[in-house]
Amino acid sequence: MALGNDTDPKLAEYTHPDRLVTTEWLAAHLGAANQGSDGLVVVESDEDVLLYDTGHIPGAVKVDWHTELNDPVTRDYVDGTRFAEICGERGITRDTTVVFYGDRNNWWATYALWVFSLFGHPDVRILDGGRAKWQAEGREMTTEQPKPEVVEYPVVERDDATIRAFKDDVLAHLGQPLVDVRSPGEYSGELLHMPDYPQEGAVRGGHIPGAASVPWARAAAEDATFKPRADLEAIYQQEQGLAPDQDVIAYCRIGERSSHTWFVLTHLLGFEHVRNYDGSWTEWGNAVRVPIATGTERGSAAG
Amino acid sequence: MSLPPQLAELVEEFSEVGPRDRLQLLLELSRELPALPERYADAAHSMEQVPECQSPLFLAVEVEPVEVDPDRAVHLFFSAPPEAPTTRGFASIMHTGLDGESAADVLAVPDDFYTALGLAQAVSPLRLRGMVAMLARIKKQVRAAAG
Repeated sequence: MALGNDTDPKLAEYTHPDRLVTTEWLAAHLGAANQGSDGLVVVESDEDVLLYDTGHIPGAVKVDWHTELNDPVTRDYVDGTRFAEICGERGITRDTTVVFYGDRNNWWATYALWVFSLFGHPDVRILDGGRAKWQAEGREMTTEQPKPEVVEYPVVERDDATIRAFKDDVLAHLGQPLVDVRSPGEYSGELLHMPDYPQEGAVRGGHIPGAASVPWARAAAEDATFKPRADLEAIYQQEQGLAPDQDVIAYCRIGERSSHTWFVLTHLLGFEHVRNYDGSWTEWGNAVRVPIATGTERGSAAG
Repeated sequence: MSLPPQLAELVEEFSEVGPRDRLQLLLELSRELPALPERYADAAHSMEQVPECQSPLFLAVEVEPVEVDPDRAVHLFFSAPPEAPTTRGFASIMHTGLDGESAADVLAVPDDFYTALGLAQAVSPLRLRGMVAMLARIKKQVRAAAG
């Protein structure tokens, strides 16, 4: 392993502190990253496809999930061959420490990290606070595009069983813990019924029966960092009754917001078996004869 | 397809370059989006939100009264934050292409004109839905004002 961990005390409280770095840590390690010598590559992953081009952390490369991490034809992620190209072009080897950051409370950064985790990339980390905190602290930004030397990345088969769930997995899982991370209006189903507004892409509104409603951004603090461990435990464990030894599936509309929650439950709170259902509501809400609950109650799949 | 001349010119510019340069064009346009006049300073209350855009976007449409301008020229105003350059770029396409055109010409813009920009590959179809919604809302407001 090329790089040591950030020993920041807030991070140390989380189950896997090695999955996060602070802005201080990154600033201190950037010089080496720019020389490409110590195995660190910083990756920006944003909702906005142009944001990186307006200015980014020096040396950082960009990954766009819409146009790069998704397969262009099938609704799926890229395969091992394409993933190897994406990494190789960015100077990422299998031994590289990859630090992700992005806009909107690291929403898309955690999504990119989750996709990298499908391919089992060993050392993936999130910049706590993401782009917003880096900028708020007045740290250096540049529009200069790095030109990484192309390196070899092995073709690794994607593991779709461990941290990813498909519709059939969810059907088999009904009755066990689910977390719906969408907004309350999407959860209850009322958002699909607003007059004069184009549909969101699902013909039915509501949630998967039994799902707890925990909008993803509740895990983020004002400054876009993750909330301290005690606050997260208060939400997911005390308030919602989830436990780290449970089998949990998180979902949203297309699986992006729920990858943020997947990261929180897995790496910050140490839940052992969390899967992200990336088909999410755009699949479930369009599927024939799957059970749906409406309103603010969790509902149950029985009967 | 009959497009207002400025919009037709933009479509031509986009179609003449490859996907990467289309993104650069969009970035340049995002920088050219005019600032809001004072009367729209409080965007959230005085303008219509476009929730289909992934980032917050507000728009306002003014149509010249018929006694001032028999062609009913349309004026467009947009508010989108700097951290949403793609949304700003879309708004800037609308502004550059449609501001000052007559109500009839704005209403005649085909709803699928954006496909000719060739942005689906560079930006993704999902993100483009924001632009579709923007045009739909502009037309709706023009229709209501020009009645």
